[in-house]
Amino acid sequence: MTHALELRQVSKIYGRGPNEVHALLDVDLTVERGELVAIMGPSGSGKSTLLTIAGSLENPTSGQVLVDEVDLSTVSRSDQARMRRRSIGYVFQDFNLLPGLKAIENVTLPLELDGVGSRAARTAAIEAMEELDVADRADRFPDELSGGQRQRVAIARAIVGKRELLLADEPTGALDSVNGEAVMRLLRAATHRGVAGVVVTHEAQLASWADRVVFLRDGRVVDQTAAPPGPESLLAAGERQ
Amino acid sequence: MSVPHALLALLRERPKYGLQLQSEFELRTGEVWPLNVGQVYTTLQRLERDGLVESHGEGERSQKRYRITSAGVQELSGWLRTPPELVPPPRDELVIKVLVALQVPGIDVHDLLQVHRRHVVEVMQRYTRIKAEAAEEDVPLALVADAELFRLEAIVRWLDAADVRLKQVSFEAPTQGADASLEPTRTMEVSQ
Repeated sequence: MTHALELRQVSKIYGRGPNEVHALLDVDLTVERGELVAIMGPSGSGKSTLLTIAGSLENPTSGQVLVDEVDLSTVSRSDQARMRRRSIGYVFQDFNLLPGLKAIENVTLPLELDGVGSRAARTAAIEAMEELDVADRADRFPDELSGGQRQRVAIARAIVGKRELLLADEPTGALDSVNGEAVMRLLRAATHRGVAGVVVTHEAQLASWADRVVFLRDGRVVDQTAAPPGPESLLAAGERQ
Repeated sequence: MSVPHALLALLRERPKYGLQLQSEFELRTGEVWPLNVGQVYTTLQRLERDGLVESHGEGERSQKRYRITSAGVQELSGWLRTPPELVPPPRDELVIKVLVALQVPGIDVHDLLQVHRRHVVEVMQRYTRIKAEAAEEDVPLALVADAELFRLEAIVRWLDAADVRLKQVSFEAPTQGADASLEPTRTMEVSQ
């Protein structure tokens, strides 16, 4: 079976000698297309490092990272950069939209940087924005949007075009619980349409939107949830006659 | 959860039969709290005895229609405004297990915390799926699922805090054979 993302024995060490910090230790992780995986752990457990390495923003000290079966260590820096633009979408806690660009221009940007013509980029952007119910805000600037709408635009930017992998770092951190839930619903829907999703969070309620929750502690994967048995089992546990 | 008051609330709309009360109760709690029909009739009997409802109709219990009395209306409105009992704290089984584990030689408390954390998150995933698959307009179901999710999330946060606290003091489990009875026992009381 081909995995959308695979980490094999990935370790990341910062500093040297007595100052050495092991941010990640022998992490194995696979994520399939159509699957949303949450990485849960306390501050300093290595969650964000794992995400930046999975997204090729940083290289591991040892181990392999494969995106769509391609070992990132075997491709040139420029090819890695192209892969990041083309195959990987990022969603950040603080949205990271460019304030001088309209919502739709933020969404078309990764496509245009990749050489897609402006008309085709616009069509793809509108499609992504429709999926996220923000197409009617296309011509607004980020500061004219609410927090929830900004994050929807940011998710549209992350899924526009033909992305394989969606990476989100505390994507609901700046939102209230109802808007946060809406964002998780959208991430879940986006991944179930065929993208592999990884979301990093320290909040159990957000992690519970994932198909699988992986627990990270001191840079190691210590545990993960079993496949969910389905909601009907909760009702069966009641006292119905 | 108070079944008697939930039934009074349903009867406040109009008189109803027992079976009707059961299905409406389940509908409004998003079927997260199943209620068997025996429970409904026992509760109705008690409410009738206390003068909070009255029944009309002869023969079998399923033939009887129940109506709320004015005393029932008063009871319901009083109950809605009465804050639930928050102190003393419930004897939480998980808290007790962790406290006991601190005293048991050879138990890695961090592993134990993780076992429970995983289990709670798995239950949360199931409630979240109920919410994810529910119709958007099914507000009662979302409210019930939210209530469970916030309660379970609080447990995970407690486990997380316990993890950090135990790490900070680099807690070491007592070694086998240590005389735990020498340790002073402390009790915690929350006065009303």
